[in-house]
Amino acid sequence: MSQSQEERSIRCLVAKVGLDGHDRGAHVIARAFRDAGFEVIYSGLHKAPDEIVQAAVQEDVDVVGISILSGAHSTLVPKVIDGLKEYDAFEDTLILVGGVVPDDDKAELKEMGVAEVFGPGTPMADTIEFVRENVPER
Amino acid sequence: MTLSTEELLEGILDGNHRALARAITKIENRQDGYREIVSGLYEHTGSADVIGVTGSPGAGKSTLVDKMAKTYRDRGLTVGIVAIDPSSPYTGGAVLGDRIRMASNVGDMDVFFRSMSARGSLGGLSTATADAVKALDAFGKDKVIIETVGAGQNEIDIVRAADTVAVLVPPESGDNVQMLKAGILEIADVFAVNKADMDGADRTVQELEEMVHMDDGHVSVAGGHHGMGIETDVDMPETGDESADAPEPWKTPVLETVATSGEGVDEFLATLQEHADWLAETGQMTAKRRQRTAEEIRTLLREDAAALVAGELEDHGGVDALADSVLAGDTDPYSIADDVLAPVAECLDED
Repeated sequence: MSQSQEERSIRCLVAKVGLDGHDRGAHVIARAFRDAGFEVIYSGLHKAPDEIVQAAVQEDVDVVGISILSGAHSTLVPKVIDGLKEYDAFEDTLILVGGVVPDDDKAELKEMGVAEVFGPGTPMADTIEFVRENVPER
Repeated sequence: MTLSTEELLEGILDGNHRALARAITKIENRQDGYREIVSGLYEHTGSADVIGVTGSPGAGKSTLVDKMAKTYRDRGLTVGIVAIDPSSPYTGGAVLGDRIRMASNVGDMDVFFRSMSARGSLGGLSTATADAVKALDAFGKDKVIIETVGAGQNEIDIVRAADTVAVLVPPESGDNVQMLKAGILEIADVFAVNKADMDGADRTVQELEEMVHMDDGHVSVAGGHHGMGIETDVDMPETGDESADAPEPWKTPVLETVATSGEGVDEFLATLQEHADWLAETGQMTAKRRQRTAEEIRTLLREDAAALVAGELEDHGGVDALADSVLAGDTDPYSIADDVLAPVAECLDED
């Protein structure tokens, strides 16, 4: 039998990294992704980059959405990216950052491999659309 | 980076986490190549203890599983966990939240935790879960834990993929106990009254114990030759049809745990081990695995046959068109089924 009864579902990790304890936004995103038919794994608060990497690799997610409101994105995001590379998981994972990120930093993050940075006020539909269009082929 | 089936297989046997994760995704998605993967893994399975943990939402399953994993890790054992959460019947989406409770094992890659959504539609969940368990087993995990909400038939099927099933019961669920009697409580090999530090825990333990005893009585009445089975309260005389060397039946123990503090976890794990030993000693393990494999074969055949039939249906114009012709009064479902299956039946007759 070679038929595949494929039922692919987009898997996303919604991650809170570092000391910032505001997860209202992450909850809203998780909920919106769920309603868009995605499978969402929520990391919980105060996670270290290592933990995010562990979760992303084991759960084999298509998308890692990192929510950072503390301003520490330039320190934390590279650590997550390095970790993903270590497990060969960087290439086919879509990395998104949500939060308050200055324009200069935005460019820097994108250079590192972040696909898009979503600031405050981004319509949810835009984020979902972006994920659908850019989810890596596997 | 796309890994071929051979690379995935090799990776899993080599202990590559990424390969294991990707293989489970393929299994879940029923993607091309998943069958070859599971076939290839088969000969490497059978060494892990598979433990099912189930119970009502909020019973503390994830927290207990976290403590179980931690304790096993402290003993130098490796652990794989498959945690299943429900998916939305409307969008198919899901929030898989069990991972949050895995606080004791963060950063420890030797605890491989995988969230799965129930994906509702096809009822193929139990096969996908069982196959994911095989992948973890072949990967070399010593203990594999399946965690699922015990709410319906599907979940019960999943838990049957386990050698030992623990059912968690929160305190003060007296009414639930009654309600669940004919369902999930029947599949328990071990009961754990979790949150045992809360009021009402003693009562729940007592109620469960009563129920377990009641089951004892019930079984011997059904198995004995007492006609009406009225004299339940009388001590059961030996009925002769149980030979002296018949295996001692397993009596479902009722334990108390406090998953948040880890209290009772050691005893809980010891009891799981006792059950595993009992399975091995009485030969029940072989019987159980044979039964499970038989069920797997049946399910697979059903799925494959259904896929073949789906192709036949398309050749007949699709199921919607056929349904319309029934509604129009031109034919009926039985005639259609006969028509669609005629070529299949013909092929089989030739043999």
